Amino acid sequence: MAKEKSTTETNKVYRTQLLICAGTGCVSNQSFKVFDTLKDEIKKHKLEDEVQVVATGCQGFCAQGPIMIVQPEGIFYQMLTVDNVPHLVEEHLVKGRPVEKLMYTPSKDEPAIPKLNDIAFFSKQRLVVLRNRGLIDPEVIEEYIARDGYQASAKVLTSMSPEEVIEEIETSGIRGRGGAGFPTGVKWGLARKSPGDIKYIICNADEGDPGAFMDRSIIESDPHAVLEGMTIGAYAIGSSHGYIYIREEYPLAMKRLHIAIKQAREYGLLGDDILGTGFNFDISVHRGAGAFVCGEETSLIASLEGRTPEPQIRPPFPAQSGLWGKPTNINNVETWANIPVIINRGSEWFASIGTESSKGTKVFSVVGNITNTGLVEVPMGITMREIVYDIGGGVPDGKEFKAVQTGGPSGGCIPESQLDLPIDYEKLAEVGSIMGSGGLIVMDNETCMVDVARYFLDFLKSESCGKCTTCREGIASMHDIISGICNGEGKPEDITLLEDLAETIKDASLCALGGTAPNPVLSTLRYFSDEYHAHINDKKCPAGVCRALINYRIDAEKCKGCMLCTKQCPQDAITGNKKEAQNIVAEKCIKCGVCKESCKFEAVLVE
Amino acid sequence: MAKLKPEDLSKIAEKMKQQTTLRAGAGRAKVTVHMGTCGISAGARKVMSALLKLIAEKDVQDVILTTSGCAGLCSKEPMMTVEIKDQAPIKYVDLNEEKTQKIFNKHVLDGKVVTEYALAKGSERVS
Repeated sequence: MAKEKSTTETNKVYRTQLLICAGTGCVSNQSFKVFDTLKDEIKKHKLEDEVQVVATGCQGFCAQGPIMIVQPEGIFYQMLTVDNVPHLVEEHLVKGRPVEKLMYTPSKDEPAIPKLNDIAFFSKQRLVVLRNRGLIDPEVIEEYIARDGYQASAKVLTSMSPEEVIEEIETSGIRGRGGAGFPTGVKWGLARKSPGDIKYIICNADEGDPGAFMDRSIIESDPHAVLEGMTIGAYAIGSSHGYIYIREEYPLAMKRLHIAIKQAREYGLLGDDILGTGFNFDISVHRGAGAFVCGEETSLIASLEGRTPEPQIRPPFPAQSGLWGKPTNINNVETWANIPVIINRGSEWFASIGTESSKGTKVFSVVGNITNTGLVEVPMGITMREIVYDIGGGVPDGKEFKAVQTGGPSGGCIPESQLDLPIDYEKLAEVGSIMGSGGLIVMDNETCMVDVARYFLDFLKSESCGKCTTCREGIASMHDIISGICNGEGKPEDITLLEDLAETIKDASLCALGGTAPNPVLSTLRYFSDEYHAHINDKKCPAGVCRALINYRIDAEKCKGCMLCTKQCPQDAITGNKKEAQNIVAEKCIKCGVCKESCKFEAVLVE
Repeated sequence: MAKLKPEDLSKIAEKMKQQTTLRAGAGRAKVTVHMGTCGISAGARKVMSALLKLIAEKDVQDVILTTSGCAGLCSKEPMMTVEIKDQAPIKYVDLNEEKTQKIFNKHVLDGKVVTEYALAKGSERVS
């Protein structure tokens, strides 16, 4: 267990605070070591009474980690290492000269940007759920309370009836952030009206999409927001016990949850007689078993009860008969974290952000072929172009944008032509994708869309629980067909067969896993049918990815005969004399691409 | 730890306010101590300590204390700049602990410029 932080320490007066990111991304880049070195250096200069070092949750700009913000000036430092800390402490903290070379520089020709708020990555974001990210130490409850923490709990428990709370949430227009987008207030109302003395609420923190880390980051940077949201939900529904179902693979998030729950219990913010109001509610943490299907409500409940995680027919809905057969309300981490803000600032304020049908903000993890990998929170209705270019900084290495995949493995790919689409639940569905939980994977022009569809089908094939034949066998069949196309064995009738299979899987699968599994194929067929045709009819992979359909060749005019590729080739498939054009022997070549990567003259061509 | 009542939440928040003000970068007043090499050797560290002590003693919640480099007038160090929200910044020179205390009480807390220690009103134009 982590060491306890004393509260007296937090009341001391400092002139400067160093807020260093301790989210998983920065931690894997050694931010804990940087933290320790900072403390040592500050001590060395006898500044420990003036400068406080605080480890915060994820600040979102993961591509530049470890990152640190110096307050009150708001100076943003990035890519810190143990080696550059002594210089930083001496220059900035002792002599008061911010260190330019450790600041964010958009490109080589532009000046460094010292202030956090001036960096486009941050300035276009709107923080509601992540309001405390980078501002509080997630392991100190007082810091959460200092930023209006638990005020919403107090307001609800002392001055609102459960019905009023539900009405407030309904008026705010918030919809489930886990993916399906069901109105949260309506969901609570159903669980409230369900007859029964014992009711449960669950926080779904089983974030299974590859490349998605929204929920993980929310818990790591602001665990009390989730606990407070759940407390409010429990009061509204009439529940006295809640569960957080969290992935075993999230050790840091789990540790911070345990610390937060312990602190909240000690302050009487969880447990019996919360805030002296007579309301009882406590939370247990349940570690998930690591299956993608557990993100589905009924499978999650089965897993929580110790059964095999397989979805069940609805109705009965969990609101009628859920965990242990009792009325149960499940919401995702991000939904819960929104609740205290809605109560504090009012449903009208919340409803003023976003579009007609989708209110508030959405957290996205932006990954793939993008300059600024990271976690962003944006108002609903922002365009995909703003996220990819203004916040994300566009596609790196001078390559072109090709598509962005939203909604995780069962989402869809959105092409360049649809980039100006305002993001909300309905608009994404119109273009054949889904909001999902908020993973965005950006792909450049060297990505083969048929191969992308194959990749996601491969993931879904192994994650299908196997209960429904259409999902189990159907996804496997689609995967076989697509693999055939990638291997140059595609037939023109494959396309129709894929479309037929897709419809059947959608119609006859019980849960959303099967219901959305064909999306990657359908959306790539919709926007990139020319690539399928090139694979099937011309036996070519235009992006140069599918090995069976490509050949490597050396351009004799560009080749300088440096023989770097010849030496690097693991198959000895390249021949030629020094200072003469080299040649690839097709029979020996395994198309690994090492020659192309090593060539400094762009003389290796893929055809 | 004692169980909280609803009204205790605001008390904790109030106690933490100095810190939150600092992080949000928004205070009623900002005091900058110029801590270049010259400032430090002339005693800027003592000025800083005195200010930290005053803020803690008087439990001041809305003042941001920060540092910056040499202000360029090395012969008149230690120096500090006091900036009350929506007012022009005032630079003070040749400071010691006693002067610092007076400036803090009169100018920072009470809003009255201590003209006898002041060098000038305003700051240089930056690009």
